[in-house]
Amino acid sequence: MPEREMLFREAISEAMREEMQRDSSVFLIGEDVGPSGGIFKCCEGLFEQFGPQRVLDAPIAEAGYIGLSVGAAMTQMRPIAELMFGDFALLAMDQIVNQAAKIRYMTGGQCKVPMTIRLAMGAGRSSAAQHSQSLQSIFAHVPGLKVAMPSTPRDAKGLLKSAIRDDNPVLFFEDKMMYNDKGAVPEEDDFIIPFGQAEVKRSGTDATIVATSSMVTVALAAADKLAEEGLDIEVVDPRTLMPLDEETIVSSVRKTGYALVVDEAPQSYGATAEIAARIGEKAFDYLDAPVMRIGAADLPIPFSPPLEFPTIPDVERVVRAIKDQRGS
Amino acid sequence: MAKKPSGSKRPPKKSAAKKKSKTQRMPSLRAPADTLWLMYRKMSEIRLFEEQVWDVYTRGLMPGLAHLYIGEEAVAVGTCTALRDDDYITSTHRGHGHCLAKGGQLDRMMAEIMGKEAGYCRGKGGSMHIADMSVGILGANGIVGGGFGIATGAALSSKLRNSDQVSVCFFGDGASNQGIMLETVNMAAAWDLPAIYICENNQYGEHTPYQAVTGVEDIADRAKGLGLEGVIVDGSDVLAMFDSVNQAVDKARTGGGPTLIEAKTYRFHGHHVGDAQTYRTRDEAEWWRTNKDPIKLLSDYMVDNGVAKQEELDAIYEQVEREVLNAIEFGKDAPLPPPEQAYEDLYA
Repeated sequence: MPEREMLFREAISEAMREEMQRDSSVFLIGEDVGPSGGIFKCCEGLFEQFGPQRVLDAPIAEAGYIGLSVGAAMTQMRPIAELMFGDFALLAMDQIVNQAAKIRYMTGGQCKVPMTIRLAMGAGRSSAAQHSQSLQSIFAHVPGLKVAMPSTPRDAKGLLKSAIRDDNPVLFFEDKMMYNDKGAVPEEDDFIIPFGQAEVKRSGTDATIVATSSMVTVALAAADKLAEEGLDIEVVDPRTLMPLDEETIVSSVRKTGYALVVDEAPQSYGATAEIAARIGEKAFDYLDAPVMRIGAADLPIPFSPPLEFPTIPDVERVVRAIKDQRGS
Repeated sequence: MAKKPSGSKRPPKKSAAKKKSKTQRMPSLRAPADTLWLMYRKMSEIRLFEEQVWDVYTRGLMPGLAHLYIGEEAVAVGTCTALRDDDYITSTHRGHGHCLAKGGQLDRMMAEIMGKEAGYCRGKGGSMHIADMSVGILGANGIVGGGFGIATGAALSSKLRNSDQVSVCFFGDGASNQGIMLETVNMAAAWDLPAIYICENNQYGEHTPYQAVTGVEDIADRAKGLGLEGVIVDGSDVLAMFDSVNQAVDKARTGGGPTLIEAKTYRFHGHHVGDAQTYRTRDEAEWWRTNKDPIKLLSDYMVDNGVAKQEELDAIYEQVEREVLNAIEFGKDAPLPPPEQAYEDLYA
């Protein structure tokens, strides 16, 4: 398949453009997504191409416009709602958790809620505690929602197109530190990546690192360092937390005998715990050491760089954890 | 649809008009006679259904809670009579009346309330979540104010699809203090969405008088601040409701934007069946029952204006009662859902 290089944010905007061309029920709503193109420039050109009926600048009222998206999704439309910062999802929790996630179930399957909520997540920009959170585990914990976490421009495009076509509410997490990352993306219009399919981003035999979103890049860099020391690391990217491709994760760990799980959310009660537990349940007899995990510190994200960076998982901690696990 | 009794014909039979010779007043009826009959029938359906729900609840035939709509029938019926089948409504925890008025079926509603598989939601929603998407009922909602987003979103959907469907959001005086009202009604006003917000001010948010927790006397006053028209209507007068909602529907269908209608009404029963109602006096409730019973007000109007004889109205009432009792039997006889069905209907 022919490919070209593009930025992560360009892959996001291309996915939205293609799906809006393909399906007239798809529309975009969010703060500053119109003529200004979104603060992370993911929506550039969409207003000009599709006009104000398809690209709606919302008031700063997250519960309100996420709520409208739920109602529109129930009545033949397919909204994409952008939350400028994922932290603002917390203002819309009733709409997401009590309404979007449950209305189909509560009504005995009478309706569907095909909506995508795009959220910018993650620390690293000195945005402080209310603009830096990684809230994926909270939503993966709610039955009725799906959660996607792309780690490359290619995955961003393929997964976002899947999300938009999905007949269920999808929370689509975009790490804001990756928006300007470059990568190869297939040219084909209909390139999609189905949910629930993990990808082995690097194959190896000595240990498995399961990593999400920007932590995949961290894990790959750690694997390169460890390769210099003769360790052959496999990196598995689940790509969606809900549904979770348990099989790919478990079979990797059965092969390597070691598992480390890395995710940028605060470590306690997070996705790392869930994935580690499943590995424990399904691959216990194959493990040569306890499953380990690395998340962010259990703290609000601090502002000043020397305070902020040590709270987030990084390459050094991943390298150290792999070595500690082997007692080397 | 209501079976049209003989008295619904215009002009009425001479016998109906004899005592007050109202025949010449017929052209000035506040609604066509067949509409009056339909509204009388629907309000009776709601009243009798809710009385039976009270009975079903106290006999232990239903799990959960029951919030009765008795006393507020004119609001749902006046509103929904002004709507088309393909218009949308969102309802509340006190939602049986809205669902019946919009076209919900007695038997499937009762089965749902009893937790049966034959219910509208296959037993997954119960009293607070009845929905029938085929007639535009986007669901009752267990969250106070939960309908604002969905109804306004459906209105946005109509506009984006260039459809002329309108969307009605029923909500209570309690929900009017939820922040989501401001957020969604503001967007409806800003974008001229075809939405109609019907506030059922029944004087109490659960157990608390609304005046104790609300900065305005009239919820309709909030409309001005949000940029839309606010109207106050006697919520016991089904014809006033019908008239007011008709105007709002005409405006919404033709691109004129949203309206907020505050219906002053009263909950004849407590917040839920079993509520001891220590927060209000017997005299107060009795005054409303005596002076503001919406069914009595409509039947008086129909008799006084020669549209119906009392015995014709009574016959309809009895016929509806039989239908409601049949629905109870249907619900009781319907099988409970097998436990494995709990795992169905989550994802599409």
